[in-house]
Amino acid sequence: MGFFKFFQSSKEDQSAKRAKDRLQVLIAHQRTDRTGPDYLPMLRQDILDVIKKYVSVGDDALSVQVDQQDDCDVLELNITLPEDAEATANALSVAKRRAQERAQEATGA
Amino acid sequence: MTKTIVVTSGKGGVGKTTTSASIATGLAKRGYKTVVIDFDVGLRNLDLVMGCERRVVYDLVNLVNQESSLHQTLIKDKRIENLYILPASQTRDKDALTIEGIARVMHKLKKSDFDYIICDSPAGIEKGAKMALYFADEAIVTTNPEVSSVRDSDRILGILQSESKRSKMNEEPVKEHLLITRYNPGRVKDGQMLSVDDIVDLLAIPLLGIIPESPTVLDCSNEGKPVILDDDSEAGQAYSDAIDRLLGEITKPHRFMEAPKKGFLSRLFG
Repeated sequence: MGFFKFFQSSKEDQSAKRAKDRLQVLIAHQRTDRTGPDYLPMLRQDILDVIKKYVSVGDDALSVQVDQQDDCDVLELNITLPEDAEATANALSVAKRRAQERAQEATGA
Repeated sequence: MTKTIVVTSGKGGVGKTTTSASIATGLAKRGYKTVVIDFDVGLRNLDLVMGCERRVVYDLVNLVNQESSLHQTLIKDKRIENLYILPASQTRDKDALTIEGIARVMHKLKKSDFDYIICDSPAGIEKGAKMALYFADEAIVTTNPEVSSVRDSDRILGILQSESKRSKMNEEPVKEHLLITRYNPGRVKDGQMLSVDDIVDLLAIPLLGIIPESPTVLDCSNEGKPVILDDDSEAGQAYSDAIDRLLGEITKPHRFMEAPKKGFLSRLFG
């Protein structure tokens, strides 16, 4: 083991770096929840649910942050859409169809 | 003035009880009258690590329920003058504790001129852990260089900042200390373990000490002896350094952060 390790480029083995990167995101998240307004986690969940109605995204696709600029609070939303364009297109067409169905129901009723 | 220090972590198995035993023993060894309280009601273990498991008669729940006196309940350590152990109950659960009951116990301890009250928190963020940190003036957040432990430590910091008595009464916040345990400098050097700098960066609280991973820790708990009493071991010395910093010598340099230098051959074949 040691023999091979010695010749390996040291970069490949740096799982600690990945651990730190993952923790940085996670902890920033945890801290927003704790320092931001009480409703922030709920607001985040609601917005995420709305996005999910139209696009299939994971639970980590939305980051919500409150920053203070001068004397006003800025609510910053960051939505990461899936990279797979086809998936997005499919999701969007499903969403469109649903919207049409709903519109038809509404006019029918 | 009595100082109350909670040893906490969120995650289990990171070394809270080992740390509580050594910090309490270290403070008593420096001449401070110290009591260490086991808050892990139902899963008592501090008595084992302190080596006094056969001397437990009454426990914290008896004291809270006023079924025993402070004098009857405290176990005096046989090795160190000024050191007392307050064991948890093994048969009850955490619901047996109330803030009012603990407040009475804390008041009695303060009246008995204790300099330090060390609270050994159970794992988790449930009632037991919240009781253990409620009265804290300072907190030692015990963390392993490992993702789940770091995340849980950050979580427990949030709870300290919102659910301790100091936060609820709008007093000066609980003073936070980071204690990194089970540190393996060799693995850090190879990029396989979060480094001290990484953890300090992530948690952003002052570093109290680094306890290197060491077989002595297990040896000592096998024997019921706080590892700080083993002057020859690196872990014991690291705890002793942490005591110095806790008592104000904050600039004391950290030891045991470097991996022992390996020769060319052992690097090749090790």
